[in-house]
Amino acid sequence: MPEIRNYTLNFGPQHPAAHGVLRLVLEMDGEVVERADPHIGLLHRGTEKLAESKPYNQTIGYMDRLDYVSTMVNEHGYVLAIEKLLGVEVPERAQYIRVMFDEITRILNHLMWLGAHGLDVGAMSMFLYCFREREDLMDCYEAVSGARLHATYYRPGGVSRDLPDTMPQYEESRWRSKANASKLNEARGGSMLDFIEDFCKRFPGLIDEYETLLTDNRIWKQRLVGIGVVTPERALQLGFTGAMLRGSGIEWDLRKKQPYEVYDRMDFDIPVGTNGDCYDRYLVRVEEMRQSTRIIEQCITWLRANPGPVLTEDHKVSPPRRADMKGDMEALIHHFKLFTEGFCLPAGESYAAVEHPKGEFGCYLISDGANKPYRLKVRAPGFAHMAAMDEMARGHMLSDVVAIIGTQDIVFGEVDR
Amino acid sequence: MLDALLLLITTTLKIVAIILPLLISVAYLTLAERKVIGSMQVRVGPNRVGWKGLGQPFADLFKLLTKEVIVPTNSSRFLFLVAPVLSLAPAFAAWAVVPFTDGLVLADINAGLLYVLAMTSIGVYGVIIAGWASNSKYAFLGAMRSAAQIVAYEIAMGFALIGVLMVAGSLNLGEIVRAQEGGFFSWFLIPLFPLAVVYFISGVAETNRAPFDVAEGESEIVAGFHVDYSGMAFAVFFLAEYANMIMISVLAVVMFLGGWLSPIGFIPDGIHWFFIKTAVMLFFFLWFRATFPRYRYDQIMRLGWKVFIPVTIVWIAVVGFAIYFDIGPWFDIRSGVTG
Repeated sequence: MPEIRNYTLNFGPQHPAAHGVLRLVLEMDGEVVERADPHIGLLHRGTEKLAESKPYNQTIGYMDRLDYVSTMVNEHGYVLAIEKLLGVEVPERAQYIRVMFDEITRILNHLMWLGAHGLDVGAMSMFLYCFREREDLMDCYEAVSGARLHATYYRPGGVSRDLPDTMPQYEESRWRSKANASKLNEARGGSMLDFIEDFCKRFPGLIDEYETLLTDNRIWKQRLVGIGVVTPERALQLGFTGAMLRGSGIEWDLRKKQPYEVYDRMDFDIPVGTNGDCYDRYLVRVEEMRQSTRIIEQCITWLRANPGPVLTEDHKVSPPRRADMKGDMEALIHHFKLFTEGFCLPAGESYAAVEHPKGEFGCYLISDGANKPYRLKVRAPGFAHMAAMDEMARGHMLSDVVAIIGTQDIVFGEVDR
Repeated sequence: MLDALLLLITTTLKIVAIILPLLISVAYLTLAERKVIGSMQVRVGPNRVGWKGLGQPFADLFKLLTKEVIVPTNSSRFLFLVAPVLSLAPAFAAWAVVPFTDGLVLADINAGLLYVLAMTSIGVYGVIIAGWASNSKYAFLGAMRSAAQIVAYEIAMGFALIGVLMVAGSLNLGEIVRAQEGGFFSWFLIPLFPLAVVYFISGVAETNRAPFDVAEGESEIVAGFHVDYSGMAFAVFFLAEYANMIMISVLAVVMFLGGWLSPIGFIPDGIHWFFIKTAVMLFFFLWFRATFPRYRYDQIMRLGWKVFIPVTIVWIAVVGFAIYFDIGPWFDIRSGVTG
C-alpha cells in the first residue's frame, strides 16, 4: 500500500493574494486545507525599538508606517497615550478634527479592504471603483498635511494645523483636457470642509453602487457565506476586535464603549453581524462606511460653526508661532528645546486605545521620565486576527483561504511592526 | 500530380487566408479587452503605442518574442514545450469547418459539429500537460481544476448542441445556418433559448474565462497551469485562449444566431452580419470579466453537473417531443426528416 500523504503548498510571500508579505505554509489534501501555518516577520522594521531611541514627537511618523492604509488612526493611538501621561489639554476643535479624520481614515481603509477583497474573490472592477473614491480622500490628507499617505498630522496636544480654506486643483495637461480638469475641480472650489461635505453627499450613493455589484451577487454570496465562521465565544477568546468581532455578533466598539475625543457627542450606530462568516463581516464593514459618513457630516457642521485653536498653547509640547519667536526670548527657547530635546513625560505608564478601522489599536507607553519612551508596545489588531488564520481556514478550500485573508483585512505593516 | 499540387497550394492559401485574419483578430481582441474593461473600470486602457494605443498588441508581441523561454529544471522538457502547441493547434484547426457566409468554408464536411466538438475538447490536453510538465504545485492544481471542469462542461456543451442538431436535422454547420433562414424569429436562439444560454456559459467555462477562470485563478494559484511559462511559450497559451474565445463566439453565432443571415428578412444577408454577431458575443466575454467575482472550483462543478446538465436533458426531451408532434412554428420545419 502506498502511503497517502498531504502535500504542503507554500503560499506567498510573493503571492498576489498575500496582501503584502504573508507567507502561509498550507498543508493540503487536494484542494482542502488541513492546516494553515502563517509565517510572519518579513516586514519587521523594529518600530517599537526605534521609538525607544527617539524623542516622543519624532515617533509619530513611524506610527503612520504601521498600518499604512489607515495612517492617521495609528497616530491617534500613539498621541493619545502621550497625552494621557502628559495631562495636556487638547482644544475642542482639534478633537473634532481628529474625529473627522479618524472617520475619513476608516472610509479609506474600508475602501482599500473592499477593493482588495473584491480582487481576491475575482471581482476586479471593485478595486478600481474603490480607488476612485480613495483618491478624493487622499486629496483631503494632502490638503491638510501635505502628504497623501504618511500624514504625521496629529500631534500631542492637537493637530499640526487648521483645515485649509482651499483644495488643490487639477491642472490641464497633455493627458487631461481642460473640460475634464474643470469637471474634476467642480467640488474643489471652496474650502476643504465644502469638499468633504460634497463627498459625504455623493458617497452613500456610491456605496449603493458597490452593493449592487456585490451584495446580492450569487457568486459573491457563494464565495463568502459560511466561509471562515467564528463563533462569538471563539472570537472573544482569540482576541478579535473591530469588524472581525462585530461580524461574529458582539457589539463592541471603543467609540461607544470607551469614548475618546468627542465620540460621545456623535450620533452613529454599530453594525453587528449574526453568523460570523465572511459575508457578515463584509456587510458590517460596508455599513461602517455609511456610519462614518454620518459622523463626518456631524463634525463638518460643528467645525463650520466653531473656529478656534487646534493645538495646545502649552509650548513645552507644541511649537510656538514663528512670529512670536522673533521677539520673545521664551518662545525661542521653547522652540529650541522642543526641536532638540523634545519634551519629557512624567515617569509612569499609560495605555491608550482607539477604534482603528481594523480593530482595537493600542499604544502602551512606559516612561522613566526621559524624553524618550522606556518602552513602547503597540497592540496591533491584525496580529490577533492573523493568529486565527489556521482556525478559520481549516477544512476550507484553497480559494477560501484567499477570501479569509481578505476578510481579515490584514496589513503587514502592523502585524510585523 | 499537377492537380494534387494545385489542390495543396490552394488549400494552403485558404488556410493562410483564415489563420492570418484570425491572428490579427486575436491581437486586437486583447486590445479591445483592455479598452472595454478599462472603460468599465473608469480608466483609459493602453493609449501610448501608436494612435490611441492601436500598436499595443504588436508591442506586446515583440516583447514576448524577445523574452527567454525558461524551462524549469525539474520539468518534463519535451511535454513542457509541446503543451502550448497542443493547446493552440486545435484552436486553429476548428476553424476549418466554420461557414463565414453561404458556401465560404474551408472544409464543408457533414459531421462539422462533431469535428468542432472534438477539436475544442483536445485543447484541454494542452492545459493538463502544461500543468503536469511544469512540476509545480500551483500549475498542477490548475491542471487538475481544468481537467475536472472540462469534463463537466464538455457534457453540458455537447447536450446543448444535440438540441441544435435535432432542430436543424444536420451536423453540417452551413446546413444549420440555412435552417435558420427567415429573420430573427427563425433563429434557434428562441426555441432553444435554455440551450443557447447553457452553451454560451459552458463556452465561457471551457475557455477558462472569468468567472470560471479557476484554472488560472490569478489570486489563488497565481497563474495556474501557465505559471512557469514565459516568453513565446506563454504567448502561445495566450493566443490559444483568445482564439478559443473567438471560436466559441463564432459557434454561438452559427448555431443560435443565424450565422451570416440578417435579423430582418428584407435586409440582405452577408458576411458582415457574421462579424457583427461575433463581436457582440465577444463583448459578453469581456463584460463578464469586468463584472463577476470568480467561482470556487467546487461551485463550478456543482453548476455544471447539477444545473446545466439537467437543464439540457430536459430541454432535449422538450424539443424531441415538439418535433415528434409537430408543435410550434419552429419544430415543424424538419418534420419531414424526423417524421
